[in-house]
Amino acid sequence: MEVGQMQRQWLDYTKSLFLEGFLDGQFLQLQQLQDESNPDFVVEVVSLFFEDSEKLLNDLTSALGQQSVDFKRVDAHVHQLKGSSSSIGAQRVKNACIALRNYCEEQNIEGCIGCLQQVKHEYNMVKNKLENLFRLEQQIVAAGGSIPMTELGF
Amino acid sequence: MGMAATESQFHVLAVDDSLLDRKLIERLLKTSSYQVTTVDSGSKALEFLGFHEDDQINPDSPSISPNNHQEAEVNLIITDYCMPGMTGYDLLKKIKESSSLRNIPVVIMSSENVPSRITRCLEEGAEEFFLKPVQLSDLKRLRPHMVKTKVKDQNLDKKQENQENPEEKLDKQEIQSEKLQQQQQMGNNNNKRKAMEESLSPDRTRPRYSNGVATVV
Repeated sequence: MEVGQMQRQWLDYTKSLFLEGFLDGQFLQLQQLQDESNPDFVVEVVSLFFEDSEKLLNDLTSALGQQSVDFKRVDAHVHQLKGSSSSIGAQRVKNACIALRNYCEEQNIEGCIGCLQQVKHEYNMVKNKLENLFRLEQQIVAAGGSIPMTELGF
Repeated sequence: MGMAATESQFHVLAVDDSLLDRKLIERLLKTSSYQVTTVDSGSKALEFLGFHEDDQINPDSPSISPNNHQEAEVNLIITDYCMPGMTGYDLLKKIKESSSLRNIPVVIMSSENVPSRITRCLEEGAEEFFLKPVQLSDLKRLRPHMVKTKVKDQNLDKKQENQENPEEKLDKQEIQSEKLQQQQQMGNNNNKRKAMEESLSPDRTRPRYSNGVATVV
């Protein structure tokens, strides 16, 4: 595939992620903070998001699997996951975390467990999408092109 | 006030337990041309600042932290609110109760928009309260607080040299009256803090004990 075609594909794909609500304006902030002196900034922070999320999702699964659920602990984990997702602009994960926190406040175990599935689902989706995006970026750079950030036009 | 000359020297200490958020705030601050040090807890922040409990009793005693304090002057502290162990609020209180650190402006960041929390932090002497995720545009509001501290420090230096610049004194008086006006408005409007800050001049300070020190000369 030629570079111009890949760049167009990157643009369309990025725009679709915003339009479908996977990402919000915070992700654009991250892109703006990336420059020649920090060419991998977005990949670095998103990788930290993946690490945080996977740890927290495990913690949540185990906390909600206890005989008597410690809702304070659950809430602390969700709070962190909500923070990480909002820091990188993973909007749908963040929204699912807000819903989970509400169930946690009501001490509704069934609600919490159902909602945790939703958070996991959203996390896996956005992880997959971001990995596709980064792969496309690598291909563009490998072919000698640049990422057409300014053409996003948001 | 020689702002352009001193701007590049502004040093910000950023405190956040989340590595992701430290990366983010570090990058935001560097992009805004500040020198940045990040730490992951309130106690490490205090260690970096050379804080010790005796500060209140004996302000002239030397710092226990041998190198950090003198070499790395901190012009502003920006801290997360919700941290395990010492919260951002606890850190703020420690700093404002310390005779050697209380002049350093403190800004609190939080992902929760809880009006009572915001009020409590501002009453304790925080200069600003930023909702997370912090934006590049938020960081523009930091500079005036650092400029003021610089001016104060310069005045304190001059006290030792036994001279004072009347223009700078005037500046401070203006800031003071602005502060009073804003404090009055703030009484009813705490939950609109963020929006309000956008439109108003960003100066709002705690009562200034050093003002008295500077005018004694």
